[in-house]
Amino acid sequence: MAERINIDPITRIEGHLRIEVEIENGKVKNAWSSGQMFRGLEIILRGRDPRDAPLITQRSCGVCTLVHYLASVRAVEDAVKVQIPPNARIIRNLLHGSQFQHDHIVHFYHLHALDWVDIVSALKADPQKTAALADNVSNAPWGGTVYYKQVQQRLKTFVESGQLGPFNNGYWGHPAYQLPPEANLMAAAHYIEALRLQAKAAKMHAIFGAKNPHLQSLVVGGVTCVQDLTPDRIAEFLYLWKETQDFIKNVYIPDVLVVAGFYKDWGKIGGTTNFLAWGDFPESEKEPDSLFMPRGVIMKRDLKAVKMAEQDKVVESVAHAWYKGSDALHPYKGVTEPEHGDYDPNKKYSWFKAPRYEGEPCEVGPLARVLVAYAYGKKEIKEVVDDVLKKLSLPVEALFSTLGRTAARAIETLVIGQAMERWIMELVENLKKGDKKTYQSWQMPDKAQGIGLNDVPRGSLGHWIEIEGGKIKNYQYVVPSTWNLGPRCGKGKPGPVEEALIGTPVADPKRPIEILRTVHSFDPCIACGVHVVDPDSNQVYEIKVI
Amino acid sequence: MEGAIATAFDGAYGKIGGRTFLEIANEVCKKALAVICIGTCSSYGGVQAAKPNPGGYKGVGEALGIKTVNIPGCPPNPVNFVGTVVNYLLLGKLPDLDEVGRPLFAYGKTIHDLCPRRSHFENDEFVKEFGSKEAEMGYCLYKMGCKGPDTYNNCPVVKFNEGTGWPIGAGHPCIGCSEPNFWDKMAPFFVASK
Ligand code: SF4
Repeated sequence: MAERINIDPITRIEGHLRIEVEIENGKVKNAWSSGQMFRGLEIILRGRDPRDAPLITQRSCGVCTLVHYLASVRAVEDAVKVQIPPNARIIRNLLHGSQFQHDHIVHFYHLHALDWVDIVSALKADPQKTAALADNVSNAPWGGTVYYKQVQQRLKTFVESGQLGPFNNGYWGHPAYQLPPEANLMAAAHYIEALRLQAKAAKMHAIFGAKNPHLQSLVVGGVTCVQDLTPDRIAEFLYLWKETQDFIKNVYIPDVLVVAGFYKDWGKIGGTTNFLAWGDFPESEKEPDSLFMPRGVIMKRDLKAVKMAEQDKVVESVAHAWYKGSDALHPYKGVTEPEHGDYDPNKKYSWFKAPRYEGEPCEVGPLARVLVAYAYGKKEIKEVVDDVLKKLSLPVEALFSTLGRTAARAIETLVIGQAMERWIMELVENLKKGDKKTYQSWQMPDKAQGIGLNDVPRGSLGHWIEIEGGKIKNYQYVVPSTWNLGPRCGKGKPGPVEEALIGTPVADPKRPIEILRTVHSFDPCIACGVHVVDPDSNQVYEIKVI
Repeated sequence: MEGAIATAFDGAYGKIGGRTFLEIANEVCKKALAVICIGTCSSYGGVQAAKPNPGGYKGVGEALGIKTVNIPGCPPNPVNFVGTVVNYLLLGKLPDLDEVGRPLFAYGKTIHDLCPRRSHFENDEFVKEFGSKEAEMGYCLYKMGCKGPDTYNNCPVVKFNEGTGWPIGAGHPCIGCSEPNFWDKMAPFFVASK
């Protein structure tokens, strides 16, 4: 007998998301993903000064705070036809690279780890054995028996007080947790260290971007932080970069390998079919050729058939979204006319539109980027992917999974972080030559169209702007979480998360941790109660998770 | 409180667990000793309340009809929030507020009053183009649209991310983000105010 469960809200994400699944014989048979908030920023943008669009769209989210800022400024630059100077390009890449470092560390440790790591089990760990394990697998700068005793004591105080704080209301003790107590204690310690580290990483943004969140140094034509192009500011940046990159190399990657080693069966669960990456990090004026993370699309998992992705092949369907009509339109023609109705999976059930590439749903994000780069044979990515697969004794096919998605995130953090060092040195070389140019002037056209294609921590992000009379006539953006968490389209094809959930085993419908694993692996950017509805008894269990 | 509250269509534009933000806030805030709004969204409605405000978004005080302590800013400076809470813990009362609910210890002066570029303003030394010699010399950003003269906040003093940076320091004009309705009142941002 099929049973339906509703997880609303999904927590440990940014924003408001509801997931409904139908379970039969212990497996997910069908799934529906629903965005639960509408703010109408596209409507607010109409009639405004195009130069203000980056500041407004940036406020779409306070987590990936740089990304809409960058995408929007690029869309306006494309419309007004201005080429930014190399120094501006490098500074933007550095800010964007630090966004990846910051975001992905926070995602793994603070949003995703508790799906794999049982905090309460860590209390049973032997601190001495934990110290030995940590020495064996990682190069963390802290450790030792005393250190792990102290961490364990802190956790104990938390648990005994009955106030677990951030660890409150987890599915502790769930049979799906596989790590031994020592690995759980090590991960819990790294969770705490990562909290400290991420505050430092955020400072990289404040050096060339004034602050984090909501940086304030990009303008149409370049960057404004010309006064920060000094040896002391660059050295400050380099120091923070190094500390962050060391953490990625010595803690994050080894932790992912340890956790993955215990959850290899997740290399067969949670996969999708098609992958899209707009690519990012231009290393010269030539785009898309010079993108460090390349642009491409992979259909039906066929890595050999990777090809260039074209923005004109994108439409957004509103057939199952709370907007007027049922059309599928290209973003330039896109309309945003909200029409809230009841939640009805057979009709309309989400505030997200459903983006499609050549009519097909596509997963975007770390896995898509890594697969595209791997398919193109990009050396930096291929080396690390092959090394990770070898260490885990897993085939390439295992990448198409929840585990693959989580590993891809760590892999690209390492690779992009490494490239940042080169970019910093390039900036230094330019300054040595006396090139301090950070801005190119331009004229506002009366009529123009512009596109900003980007790949940001959560995936492919496009902004489309139409200018008329020097004002914004239409503005549409298709964001990573819409690609990944969007609803069915007019043809009834499920979105990537909906697809990924089908077939997921669920041991206990009242504690659906397996569903959270896959949903969180997409790093949804959309808060704390799980409502489990049993259709036979109509009973609603309310279980809170964090 | 964090975030603005949707009020159009009985709050249907924003829901958690099937309940509207409005319902949840009404229940929670009424039981609180004091309601502190952190950020411009919960203080005054924020970006989603900008014209034409499709979701009918409002700040918490206005949506619920209650008096709140507001720590606006986009982002708000955590120093100002912690200062407010510490004030309560040490002195047993909330700090003195201005007429839009902001603690005076943090929002008592304008950015312009505290700005290290102020002498350039007084000497008529202005940046007229980004990336210019004047920009490199740290001249005043008034002509680039700086809203520092109309904005009450302590950014020039406390800065952000443990004193690492702040907008005017990064050569960008202030956009007035701690003022009510700044998305409408201060825009367009790159045009000098009169
Ligand atoms: S930069 Fe802005 S705040 Fe500073 S002195 Fe000039 S106008 Fe005033």
